[in-house]
Amino acid sequence: MRPFVELTGVSHTYATGGTLAVDGLDIKVNEGEFAAVVGPSGCGKSTLMKLATGLQFPQKGAVVVDGKEVRDPVKMAGMAFQAPTLLPWRTTLENLMLPLEIVEPHRSRLRKHKAEYVAKAEALLESVGLKGAGAKFPWQLSGGMQQRASLCRALIHEPKLLMLDEPFGALDAFTREELWCVIRDLHARMSGTLTVILVTHDLREAVFLADRIFCMSSRPGKIIAEREVEFARPRDIEITYTPQFSDIVHDLRARIAEARATA
Amino acid sequence: MDAIADFLLNGWPVALVIASAAYVAWIFAKVLMSGATDRAKLSLQLAPLICTAGTFLLWELFCKALSISTFVLPAPSDIAISLWQFRRQIGLHSFHTAWMTIAGFGLAVAFGIALGLLFGASRFFYAGFYPLLVGFNTVPKVAVVPILVIWFGVGWLPAVLTAFMISFFPIVVNVATGLATIEPETEDVMKALGATKFQIMTKIGIPRSLPYFFGSLKVAITLAYIGSVIAEYNASRFGIGNLMARASADFNVPLLFASLIALAILGVGMYMATVWLENRMTGWAQRSSFAAG
Repeated sequence: MRPFVELTGVSHTYATGGTLAVDGLDIKVNEGEFAAVVGPSGCGKSTLMKLATGLQFPQKGAVVVDGKEVRDPVKMAGMAFQAPTLLPWRTTLENLMLPLEIVEPHRSRLRKHKAEYVAKAEALLESVGLKGAGAKFPWQLSGGMQQRASLCRALIHEPKLLMLDEPFGALDAFTREELWCVIRDLHARMSGTLTVILVTHDLREAVFLADRIFCMSSRPGKIIAEREVEFARPRDIEITYTPQFSDIVHDLRARIAEARATA
Repeated sequence: MDAIADFLLNGWPVALVIASAAYVAWIFAKVLMSGATDRAKLSLQLAPLICTAGTFLLWELFCKALSISTFVLPAPSDIAISLWQFRRQIGLHSFHTAWMTIAGFGLAVAFGIALGLLFGASRFFYAGFYPLLVGFNTVPKVAVVPILVIWFGVGWLPAVLTAFMISFFPIVVNVATGLATIEPETEDVMKALGATKFQIMTKIGIPRSLPYFFGSLKVAITLAYIGSVIAEYNASRFGIGNLMARASADFNVPLLFASLIALAILGVGMYMATVWLENRMTGWAQRSSFAAG
């Protein structure tokens, strides 16, 4: 497996002379892998996301995505945030079509193959349990449904890289677990071609979903631990109640507590 | 054509009265026909009618009871008589004022959108020109009218330009605000897809600033109206403003008040037209009231 996202010795500040947001980050995520980044709040997790997608450029170090050093925003990355950020003047289906209006080759094909793309979007909606919600406006959907639609929008153009910044943070516990399974299945369907980086502060979420977990220290953010999670896939939500699962969560928690104490 | 114009000039107060009566009757009918549960809600629609009629009635009683001279404060009945007497002039001048206002307003919309888009797209222009624009906006436009008269002479152009100058500012600010307040996360989503600045503008910025834009139209239309009347008052041979200037020179107080009433009717009409447009164009932005209804 080749590394898909690779950060080596990356340091970054937002204002010149300001405190470092991240300091000497080393991260390597393989192609098709599901990686999670956990850490205390304000540790620069979101900065990491911006660096990996080329929305920010590091002051020191190198960011390589898909074998190329990042100098512009990486095209074709899908993103989802804690807020669904759907456009209120578009229906859910039209929101889903937004990336297709921008990303090539879909952009030039969209007008002629409209029906094909609409069918694809509707199939995607159905796969996350939103069948028939395409004609509704986002504000007519519940929070969990909006977040599902937001995930669909991040995936409709079949990106190779999916960035998730605490996408389930604002949801209730039941909805969150449902959406864990949704994202697990979406990742499984793209079998090995979709690399996911999930930023979260929910350790159970990270352990359930990820193949590889990075722990970050508080600001300036550094990687203080990296561990692989070797539960077989597909994982059932029941594994979150097994002792092995709890051990991993405990272990991560201890390391983050340590990082907080030394900060 | 002349026959139609003549008919309209003579008959507009009658048409207005018939239309208002029909509207009142329609609301009354709705209230009477409705069930007990809807009645409270519908009665609210009667409130503006009752309060407006009540105000005029109090005014009338006040004038008659204290026998106030029409020279000081004419009673509504005196104003109505004057309005009927001068209906041709008032109609003609109202038409002129409306025309000047709409022309100035149209210019303000075009210029306001263009400048707003520029400001929203470029921080340099926003930061650079904003103080200048605020300075320009705070200059009382009455003071500008004489300059316009020197440049263009007495006529329709000063009125249109005053209406334009006084009303474009809120449009610029609102369009620029709509563009400048795009959620950073939405922008990130777009950039990570490789969207150009132009694509972000057209797909996110412009639709997003539409509610701000239509909201500003309500403010702009009333301002444009003030602008055209000011210019007419000072430098025109036409328009309600001019009619008022002449009425006040003649000490014809009832005509002065009749002109004011005509201005109010025209102003409410134009305001309602923009509100209607706003509701039609940006229903998605008023979803809370939809959800309640």
